[in-house]
Parts: sequence; structure tokens; C-alpha cells
Amino acid sequence: MQPFRKHTGVVVPLDKVNVDTDQIIPKQFLKRIERTGFGEFLFYDWRFVGDGKERKKTTGDFVLDQPRYAKASILVAGKNFGCGSSREHAVWALADFGFRVVIASSFADIFANNSLKNGLLTVRLNEEQVAGIMRRAKEIENYQLTVDLENSQVDDGRGFTATFTMDEFSRHCLLNGLDDIGLTLEHEARIAAYEAEHPVRAEMKAILGGLARP
Amino acid sequence: MVAAPEGQSALLYIDLHLVHEVTSPQAFDGLRANRRRLRQPLRTVATVDHNIPTTPRGLPITDPIAAKQIEALQKNCREFGVPLFDMDSAEQGIVHVIGPELGITLPGMTIVCGDSHTSTHGAFGSLAFGIGTSEVEHVLATQCLPQKKPKTMQIHVTGKLADGVTSKDLALGIIGRIGTDGATGYVIEYTGEAVRGLSMEARMTLCNMSIEAGARAGLIAPDDTTFAYASGRRFAPKGKDWEASVAYWRTLATDRGATFDRVVEVDASSLAPFVTWGTNPGMVVAVNGRVPELKSFAQESDRRAAEQALAYMGLDPGTPIEAIAVDRVFIGSCTNSRIEDLRAAARVAKGQHVNPKVRAMVVPGSQAIKRAAEQEGLHRIFLDAGFEWRESGCSMCLGMNPDILQPGERCASTSNRNFEGRQGRGGRTHLVSPMMAAAAAIAGHFTDIRDWQFH
Repeated sequence: MQPFRKHTGVVVPLDKVNVDTDQIIPKQFLKRIERTGFGEFLFYDWRFVGDGKERKKTTGDFVLDQPRYAKASILVAGKNFGCGSSREHAVWALADFGFRVVIASSFADIFANNSLKNGLLTVRLNEEQVAGIMRRAKEIENYQLTVDLENSQVDDGRGFTATFTMDEFSRHCLLNGLDDIGLTLEHEARIAAYEAEHPVRAEMKAILGGLARP
Repeated sequence: MVAAPEGQSALLYIDLHLVHEVTSPQAFDGLRANRRRLRQPLRTVATVDHNIPTTPRGLPITDPIAAKQIEALQKNCREFGVPLFDMDSAEQGIVHVIGPELGITLPGMTIVCGDSHTSTHGAFGSLAFGIGTSEVEHVLATQCLPQKKPKTMQIHVTGKLADGVTSKDLALGIIGRIGTDGATGYVIEYTGEAVRGLSMEARMTLCNMSIEAGARAGLIAPDDTTFAYASGRRFAPKGKDWEASVAYWRTLATDRGATFDRVVEVDASSLAPFVTWGTNPGMVVAVNGRVPELKSFAQESDRRAAEQALAYMGLDPGTPIEAIAVDRVFIGSCTNSRIEDLRAAARVAKGQHVNPKVRAMVVPGSQAIKRAAEQEGLHRIFLDAGFEWRESGCSMCLGMNPDILQPGERCASTSNRNFEGRQGRGGRTHLVSPMMAAAAAIAGHFTDIRDWQFH
């Protein structure tokens, strides 16, 4: 996983609450079996005309398509961002599009988890702070923020700073780009001991074993 | 719990990992790329549900990308030795329907699946929650998942649901009250006499919708209703093992006097059949109510969201819900596709005819449900009334297969999400119970099931 330490980038305001993962990446793009290439379908139904089968034509009015936000890498949005489906494709699409940070006053649990696994930082600030960033991103041309995970701080270099919290373990994994499967496998002895005490029940062994086609 | 390492999240052992075609291919690729094995093939169960067609099984899959995803799952299951209930299997069905139905889901388990509606299995008093594909890979490789301890919320439901008011309405009523992020960061326990009085299938509907309130998991303490449901199912323990299991499951209930981080009290008798009017499940009102006025929203962001939702839905504030006409009706999904749901809808449809302006579809949750319904003659009632009777799958709940709405079409749906474009780009979804959906199909508009003349 790509580590996250500090990032400075242009902020794009998505002034909507409850942005769900069906909007972030509509279902017609979930059939790919790779992790890559989802960026071009980000917010598809809001950005483009048609269902994705024909050549893409932008609706022209979506905020991501405004030239001033072309280089944006920080998304600021309303509360409950990423609610709905567990599709990690939503995070892959945001990251593939070039986003490193999403700022909101709250995130859906599964989305926040998925983000962690892909080096996309979710920064939770209070509603007033989010509204302030949203306003400045709309008013100020090329409005940038520096997001510093080591110091848990957001700074716009114009006098606005805010600190955010994140549990220590998640912060540690993100800062170091750790493969958490590797970390879990360090507990092999404990896992094996647990499995010895809790064997697969007989019915599952007998019947499902017979159903598998190795 | 396997371990609670200092400074890290607790490591939970996962008793059951359910797998489907859409969120797993990248996870299996990850195993291969890192030369990792699948740790526990017999605690992993796969089926195809999300993008399969609901037309007769013999027909080819017309969408080549969907076909490729299904083939990828078949290949992965063969390579890693995972039991797969495939397209042609008599046990195929929606993953959250077949787990309980086959006795694979039992009380006291930890259950995960790369699907947010995994919360369904909480009806058995299991800790069951949806995960992303990276976590799917984590569980495939380790059978464990690091988890932070969630906050706890008790939703205590007193009284009794009136006739015509179902657990779907209870779920919608709760979400309408606490909001789609009301339970974010929490696991919900549903308690109270109204919950105890629900059948297992009704409990599954309630727990299924927990994620729509933001809770990754929602659960109900196992009791005699739970044990009666699970007893004798194909993969449930038998004989002495069953007795020992029940004795253990009886110890799982929350201690009397336990405290929760948040408590919500709901009076079941105050609830009506609900219909959503907007683009998330919290935008909901009683069937005898009206689309809300914008000035009724206190917060500016909510008012704007409502305004956008009404523009998308093509509705004016103040419109009576019963005056809203529908073009399509969908009865199905992991929320409401079980035999009791089909019986309830059939009771409404019996001796009636689908309105000529409406196309209505019934999609059983599994092949087993389809067979059971056909044995009872429910399919006859639906077909005679003009409903389509389809093969099992997720179908129009998320429209990954050819069952989708056309732009502007309005649908009464028994599914769980009314997000923009969820059932097809430009499609307008109203969430309701199976009885309310069947009644809308016949009347051609929403109608209060409490006033229905049953034939």
C-alpha cells in the first residue's frame, strides 16, 4: 500500500450530504475484475450523459469538470460520505482519479475502512470547519490544503489550521504503508491454536467438502 | 477473539466468510500475487447472485463482462477449493438468503461478506457485517480480521405492529427517525416485545436494513424462534451436537441491566406502512402522508438534499403519497424475497390483476424459495394476476443484471436502497414492504394496505 505522510493539493468542493457509493461508482462499472482503471468512471452518472456503453459526453456542469479544479487531489464533501454499498471500487475510483484525501464531517464505516487499505486518507473535521473549507474552495482560485498525517493537521497556509483524530494503529499503518495481512499472519500460532479449539463443524466438512470441485 | 495485541485492533476470528462474484475477483488475485493460500476453504462459501440474469437458467448470459466475472468466481473456487453454489445449483440464491436457509448461518458466529447487507445474519444473534475487497482478501488469507470495538446502540421496540405493518416498515420507521447515519460507528441490538414477536424472516428484514441507518451490524438475541428456524436445516448441527449448541446459544443474550452507548425507544403500535419519497432510505413517510414541504427541514444541508431528491424523483412537495402512480414493481432482494414475503404479496395479489400501465416482477431470493413457492401455488397466483415470475438473484435491487429501470420510470420496490440510479440510471425508486408493493402493482399507485380488500 502507498504510504501517506503529508500531502499538499488543490481542494474541490462537492457540496452534498450523504454521497453514497452508488454515486461514487455506479454499478455498471463493478463488473471489471481488476483493481485498476476505475477513475474514469468516478461519479459517472453526475459527470456524464448516457449509461457508459457509448462514448462519454460530460454533462459539463459537474464540479470535477470545471477547469479550475482539474488538478484537485483533495475532495471536501458533506456529512456521511461513502454511505451504502461496501464496494471498494468507490475507493479505487477516487484514488485512481488522483485523490489522496477526502475531508468530511463524517464517513460511513465500511468506506472509511476501505480507504485505509488503499492509502486514501479520510479526514474528519467538525461541520463548521468543513463548511469553511467548502466556502474557501469555492471562493478562492487554486485553494490548496496541506494535510499532514504525522502531526494530524490540516493547514491552508492562509491562517486556517485544524487538527483531526484517527486511531493510533490505523495512523501507524497508513504512515508506513503496512500490509496488514502480513501483520495478522504474525499471529499464526494464536490463530492455529484457536482453530484447534474450534474445529469446522462436521456437517460443513462432510457436505460442503463433497460439493467443492478441486 | 484470537489476539488483542498492544496498540493494535483486536483480531477477530471469522467463523463464516460468504463470497460472491462482484467483490471477490481482486481478492483472489491478491492471494495469487502474494503467493498466499486460502486458509480455511470450509469456512468459506460462495454463490453467484449479483449480476446473474433472472431469465430461465438455460439461456446464455448476454452481458460478456458479467459472464467473465462469473467465470472468474468459478475458476477461483476450483483453484482454491471453495464450495460454490453455482448458477445451475439447486441451492443457488442471494448470499444472505441461502446462508440462513441452509443452516450455514447459526447463532453466535462471526460472519463477513463483501456486501453491506451481511448485517442480515445478525437476526441469528451473530456478529455479521459487510467488508470491502481488501478485507475479503484478508479473511481469505488469515480467516481473521482486525476490528476496532464499535459503540453499542439498543433499539427497544415496545408494543405490537398493526395488521399490514411489517418489519420492513419498522426498519424504515427507525431509519426515518435516526437518519441514514444515525447508527454510524455502532452495532445495533434490537430488543423488546415487538422484536421478540417477529418471525426469523421478519427479523432478517429488520437486521438487513441496519446498514441503511449506518450500522455495520444489527443483531437480535437468539431465542426459541431462532432455534426452531435453524433446527434440522441441512448444515446445522444434528443430535447431541444440536443440543449442546442450543445450550450454548442460550447463554449469548445480553446481560440484564447491561448499558448501551445509545438507546432508542420505538412504539411499534404507532407505526404505519411506509413509503420512501426521496433518494435515501431515511427520506420516508407513512403511506397516508404527503411528500414533505421543504420548509419542514430545519437544517440548510438537509433542505437542499430534499430539494435535489424531489427534483430527481419528479415529485412536488405536499403531494399525497397515495396519488403517486408507479410504472414498475419489484418484489425481491435480500431484504424481502423470502417465502413469507412472497406469501404476503400473493395474499394481496390473489384474484386481482396488475394495472395495465404497470410491469411487475417477482424474484424469489433462492432456488429453494422458488420451489417452495411453486409447491404452494404462489407462482400461479402471481402469474394469473399478471406478475412476472423469475429465477433467483439480486436482480433489480441493484440492477447489475438486465433487470433495470428506464430513465424516469417509477418503481415500488421491496429492496433496500432508493439511491439515485440504483435500479437504473434516472430510475425512481420507492421502498416499501412486499404487501405494499403488490398493492401498488394492482392499484397502479401507492395505496394503504390497511384498507385493502383481500379476495
